[in-house]
Amino acid sequence: MPYPDEIVLPLRQHAGNPATLCVKVGDHVERGDPVGLADGWISVPIHASASGTVTDIGWWPHPDGTMAMAVRIKVDRYAPQMTRPRMVPHWEGLTVDQVVQAVQDAGVVGLGGAAFPTHVKLAPPADFVVHTLIINGAECEPYLTSDHRTMAEYPDRVLFGIRVMMQSMGVPKCVVGVERNKPDAIAALQQALPTDLDITILPLTVKYPQGAEKMLIQAVTGIEVPSGKLPVSVGVVVQNVGSVAAIAEVFETGLPLIERIVTVSGHGLRRPANLIVPVGTKLRDLLAFCDGVTPDAAEVIIGGPMMGQAQANLDAPVVKGTTGVVVLEKHETRLDKVYPCIHCGRCLEACPVFLNPSLLGDFARVHRFKDMVDEHLADCMLCGSCAYVCPSNIPLAQLFQASKAALRRVKAGAT
Amino acid sequence: MTLLAILIVGGVGLVFAVFIALANRKLWVWEDPRIDAVASMLPNANCGACGLPGCRAFAEQAVEGIIAPTKCSVGSDDVHKAIAGFLGVAAGTAQRRVARLLCAGGTDVAVSQAEYRGLPTCAAAAAVAGGGKGCAWGCLSLADCARVCAFKAITMSDTGLPVVDPVTCTACGDCVEACPKGLFVLQPVEQRLLVQCKNLLAGDEVLDQCQVACTTCGKCVQDAAPGLISVSSGVATVNYELNAQADRQAVTRCPTGAIVWLDGAQFVRMPSLAGSTEA
Repeated sequence: MPYPDEIVLPLRQHAGNPATLCVKVGDHVERGDPVGLADGWISVPIHASASGTVTDIGWWPHPDGTMAMAVRIKVDRYAPQMTRPRMVPHWEGLTVDQVVQAVQDAGVVGLGGAAFPTHVKLAPPADFVVHTLIINGAECEPYLTSDHRTMAEYPDRVLFGIRVMMQSMGVPKCVVGVERNKPDAIAALQQALPTDLDITILPLTVKYPQGAEKMLIQAVTGIEVPSGKLPVSVGVVVQNVGSVAAIAEVFETGLPLIERIVTVSGHGLRRPANLIVPVGTKLRDLLAFCDGVTPDAAEVIIGGPMMGQAQANLDAPVVKGTTGVVVLEKHETRLDKVYPCIHCGRCLEACPVFLNPSLLGDFARVHRFKDMVDEHLADCMLCGSCAYVCPSNIPLAQLFQASKAALRRVKAGAT
Repeated sequence: MTLLAILIVGGVGLVFAVFIALANRKLWVWEDPRIDAVASMLPNANCGACGLPGCRAFAEQAVEGIIAPTKCSVGSDDVHKAIAGFLGVAAGTAQRRVARLLCAGGTDVAVSQAEYRGLPTCAAAAAVAGGGKGCAWGCLSLADCARVCAFKAITMSDTGLPVVDPVTCTACGDCVEACPKGLFVLQPVEQRLLVQCKNLLAGDEVLDQCQVACTTCGKCVQDAAPGLISVSSGVATVNYELNAQADRQAVTRCPTGAIVWLDGAQFVRMPSLAGSTEA
């Protein structure tokens, strides 16, 4: 999409410490210049996604519903939007540390939604041996097709990113998990497959949630990641196809992560599309570019319909972790009457991590958060499957989300 | 037959009764009888406002002289005096505190930017897009505080703000914990000036979100005693230690009405909240 008149870059777009500001009001920035620097190891810098002038640094609505510090940049309409000439790191001659550093400096994070800094995954602790690299080509949620388009349209870039990762980490094997309903993506990747690397394209069952990290590992390798452990403990590292493509871009053009593919979809939208969107574009501008919303549009969600966040303010910008924007119509967002739990057990069957949502829901209602921890609330990824199948319309996922927030508050208060 | 049954069951019961009686004598632990006496004088609300797990624990510590009777914020002066007199200790200095809400943005003055239709609790709304209110710091009006209040001191006004009754409020702190926006503070009841706003935006853009927000204009600071009111990071704050020098001047100077003079319950001067609890 074309550059909007203004972009807003929150300093907190990734898991870990927010970036520290490195520009001031009135500064002129070129496309690709950093506006925030990484603060520590689990943090990445933020780069300007368009040339322009910094007009304000202050509170701005963040897609997660809070207000956050953000840099507002008035985009220069007449700028060529060329990036400053930059060194393209020649990856083959680099050591692991230099590759990791280059990826961190480029601000690459997991583009699957959680926005975990990618370079951290590239440098696993020395006492773990990584035997398999898994590339997540399973779309994380219904409606979203951004990973699909990345694979179908940029198979070479994805495979180049895989090559960089495999060689720098010394991983012998790579599996790309793609859901079976994307034959064109599978075909595109197969065709571009290099002969000198052990890369397998593995068609997966189409189900939700398949794109969750631990689900994918189980589907691809058959290994179950123990509760509370990271995938690296079983010798596996998972990367989203979007992140891999972003890594490739770093070593192809030297460009940091300043654009991402966003699925803009839903019945409430006039012209659904997959767009390359500059990070920091306001939802208002994005929806306007898609010819706006229908009169019946009722809800705008960042992410997918299952786990995404409803947005209260269309001034919130697209951030690095924004996989999609879904606009739902009124009849799709109805809220049914909630009936008592009839203990039918459907939520137990639906839960992908084998929890007991019914019991957890009872605990959540009476604020027995400690008991919820004992029932492994931490393993719940808020996929929403339990709430989706519940015949009594109990908003289980929301109860768990609120419980997790309450536990975080207690924890923050205790320390 | 019936007689036999009665005898057998009765006999078994008698044997166990004797056993229990002996065990009771053998395992008996001496406990200060004053603990029971003090515990019976306490309100027995088990609210935890004193910081102890319950009234019994408070009684134990009071008898040992670890905690002053007045630390029971639920008990009235009479309770404190009775316990102090019974134990022969000083009652301690009582400073009555109440919960105050740091938000005055009811539905009549605060802008609502979206409709929230999820689980009707503040905690859930705060987790989803921060609720529908324009102000990201303001009260969500879904009454989590009123539900947790064991003393029924909080009622929701017509404009969706919780109104604390300073007479029944015991400063137990449950509402402070319940509010996901952290809008409640426990303050000495005689603190006069209060800035009822937590919005950190500075300048007039705050007024797009709420008519009674603190714009950090600093007018209240100018007339006040030095150090009484300070403006920093988006809101004005009042220093309680200089409460004696507090002056109504600050209230009249405030262009938005964010700062108020408290004399009893909050919000009594706001016509829109008339009809809600007034002390």
